[in-house]
Amino acid sequence: MTAKEAKLGYDSGNTTAMDKVKRFASRNGALIGLIILCIALSIATPAFLTGPNMLNVGVQAATVAILAFGQTFVIVEAGIDLSVGSVAAVSSMLVAYTGASMGMPPLVTILIGVLTGAVFGALSGLANAYLKLPGFIATLAMMSVARGLTLVISDGRPISTSGMVNFFGSTVAGIPMPIVMMIIMGVIASVILNFTSIGRSMYAVGGNMEASRLSGISVHKTQIMVYVLSGVFAAVAGLVIAGRLHSAQPQAASGYEMDAIASVVIGGASLSGGKGKISGTFIGAILLAVIRNGLNILNVSSFWQQVVIGLVIAFAVSFDTLRRKVDTH
Amino acid sequence: MTQLSLVKVSKIFGAAKVVDGVSVTVEPGKVHVLLGENGAGKSTVIKMMSGIYQPDEGHIEIDGETVRIPNVDAARKFGIAVIHQELNMVPQLSIMENLFLGALPTKAGFVDRAAMRKKAKAALDLIGLDEDVNTPMGELGVARQQMVEIAKALMQDASILILDEPTAALTRKECEHLFEIMEELKAKGVGMVFISHHLDEIARVGDVVTVLRDGKYIDTIDAQAPESELVRLMVGRNIENQFPRVAQEPGKTLLKVDHLTRAGAIDDVSFEVHAGEVVGLAGLVGAGRTEVIRAIFGADSYDSGSVAVDGQTLPKADIARTIAAGVGLVPEDRRTQGLILEASVAENLGLATMVPTSKFGFADLKGQTKRENETAKKLRIRMANVDQAAGSLSGGNQQKIVFGKWSMANVKVLLLDEPTRGVDVGARVEIYELINEITANGGAVLMASSDLPEVLGMSDRVLVMSNGRLSGGMPAKEATQEKVMSLAVSHMDEEAGESR
Repeated sequence: MTAKEAKLGYDSGNTTAMDKVKRFASRNGALIGLIILCIALSIATPAFLTGPNMLNVGVQAATVAILAFGQTFVIVEAGIDLSVGSVAAVSSMLVAYTGASMGMPPLVTILIGVLTGAVFGALSGLANAYLKLPGFIATLAMMSVARGLTLVISDGRPISTSGMVNFFGSTVAGIPMPIVMMIIMGVIASVILNFTSIGRSMYAVGGNMEASRLSGISVHKTQIMVYVLSGVFAAVAGLVIAGRLHSAQPQAASGYEMDAIASVVIGGASLSGGKGKISGTFIGAILLAVIRNGLNILNVSSFWQQVVIGLVIAFAVSFDTLRRKVDTH
Repeated sequence: MTQLSLVKVSKIFGAAKVVDGVSVTVEPGKVHVLLGENGAGKSTVIKMMSGIYQPDEGHIEIDGETVRIPNVDAARKFGIAVIHQELNMVPQLSIMENLFLGALPTKAGFVDRAAMRKKAKAALDLIGLDEDVNTPMGELGVARQQMVEIAKALMQDASILILDEPTAALTRKECEHLFEIMEELKAKGVGMVFISHHLDEIARVGDVVTVLRDGKYIDTIDAQAPESELVRLMVGRNIENQFPRVAQEPGKTLLKVDHLTRAGAIDDVSFEVHAGEVVGLAGLVGAGRTEVIRAIFGADSYDSGSVAVDGQTLPKADIARTIAAGVGLVPEDRRTQGLILEASVAENLGLATMVPTSKFGFADLKGQTKRENETAKKLRIRMANVDQAAGSLSGGNQQKIVFGKWSMANVKVLLLDEPTRGVDVGARVEIYELINEITANGGAVLMASSDLPEVLGMSDRVLVMSNGRLSGGMPAKEATQEKVMSLAVSHMDEEAGESR
């Protein structure tokens, strides 16, 4: 304890443990919120904390979480991807179309689907990097293009999918594959973001594009890569959605981009870039799923659910902003 | 006219007393200089004067009466105006609209543009600024933007003007113009608080100087006191030599710039920098110094000519390959171009080496962390730990991080653009010692600076630019401020390459 602290009546000796708890709580607001919510729901209804319902929450969270993992790359780089829902739809539709109407082998159709996500992402990225189109605008355009193409390919009707695609939505030995896919994609995203040079570049470019450029980091490559990755993750989410429904739906995943963005932001990422973690995004996606699931069990109408979700997003983000303000003083 | 006094004020943040019992009296018609290193508490004192912070101890008096200044609006009503270092301007709006920002004159609920124009013109005339009031603010240079801010303060009947480092971004000529305006304001009875890191400006415009150190009041003395005395009070010890340049025997040519040309900015510039040498690049703002440095680094392209490092010609506008060839850049504005302020010290140190040291796409996190820690230690960056946000450090320590980034990349040629802007005296000497270390290890340094004493004191050779051209050069030993200035204005009359 320094003389200064003593004079001010600070007692650093006794408060460290408490401080640590406080610090953890203030930095993991979403996690604390999730835990409190789960405890409250367990008390409110015995139907919440059961094995089947937990798996149910996981399956509900899976597609949004996968989209949100991809979105995390983009938001860390200070961009935003509004097209993820539409890209998920168009790639799953191409998987179904090339399988059902063109008779291609299932494995090839799946590769085509993933490639489709990458290509749509690359187009947004190229527009962002070279045409200097803000990510918001580039992906807003792509959202419309991709959804439109989904309708063109399908003629507005669902197309059924192959057994291999349906596997992604199935349950094997009691374990739902969507949850497995969510975990695999989460680990991949985390490895990319934390351990690869392209991942680290995303944080740098999102934190200060000019300083990154003047340090020799390829800003263009980074800008393109985040959208490519987001597209690929969207395509995987599209596979899971199609697998669950045994068909590609023309309106699949519509509006999911908002849930994905909300998950990332609830997870502590900043829309101004440079900040964000896959673990945070994961908690954000689970939190949204738990709220929906809990309100369903409690028989709250789905109309009110939207109101609650909106308030949660506003609350979570303002909590985070306030915390940062306090931290800087 | 107003007299403003802070009486034994203190300000406490958390566990730190950032201002501790400071007393300052700003008298009408006097310029009161606040002097101290970064972190000495000058900004906090200003914020208490202008209503942004409230003193936790002590009180504020205006004309002998104890007052509270609860917010900026109240300060304005007391006639206190601040010209901030970062100007509070909306660049897209016109000069006129900026002058009336937040207080637009209205007539029946509509903006009265005629009245606004008339008053705006009168305000600009008052400080002798010849500029169309409809010009968007963003089209003006920093110096003129500052003039507009001063005009705005005067328009609001300010009788106490607080100038927070107004000269940091100005050229010598612009500074002189500012000082003339300050003298006119003095004659009108306006009291001023002046902050600057340039000691020579203190005797030029100041009347009294209050020195702060570590938040504490040290002394109030006459502004004509010798610089060495000011430095001693400021850093609490004697600084033997403000410019501790240790010259080396120049070796082989490391940087060769050959007929570099870019239309409208750089006009046929050729020079060489040798191993062990510091070459200073002087000139007025807009003379093309920054442009040359950025073109060499690959940050901007050029039309013709070439740049070679250690005999190897560099590709145009390819930063990554320029760095790989052994060139680093400490840019003009470290906050927007040199650092990621919210990222950690470690991350910033590793910024230029993170991609080149990666293997199979994976970053060498372990190796980088080790090198980052070593570099932070070697450069004596003062911080709690390497995980601290770079933006929370002082200007000098921030600049050391930018130097450290290139030290980690093992560059042979370091390009410096305003290396000590906003860096206080003590930290400045440390930056100079880093420059000495680079040349002692056989590196070459090209240093562009508006700070003429720095160019003369730290370079071995001085090159002067004027209007995009190299107008001359000389060994630093033979250079004087007069010689450099006459070269700096030598091509000024030719065509319109130079702007405001």
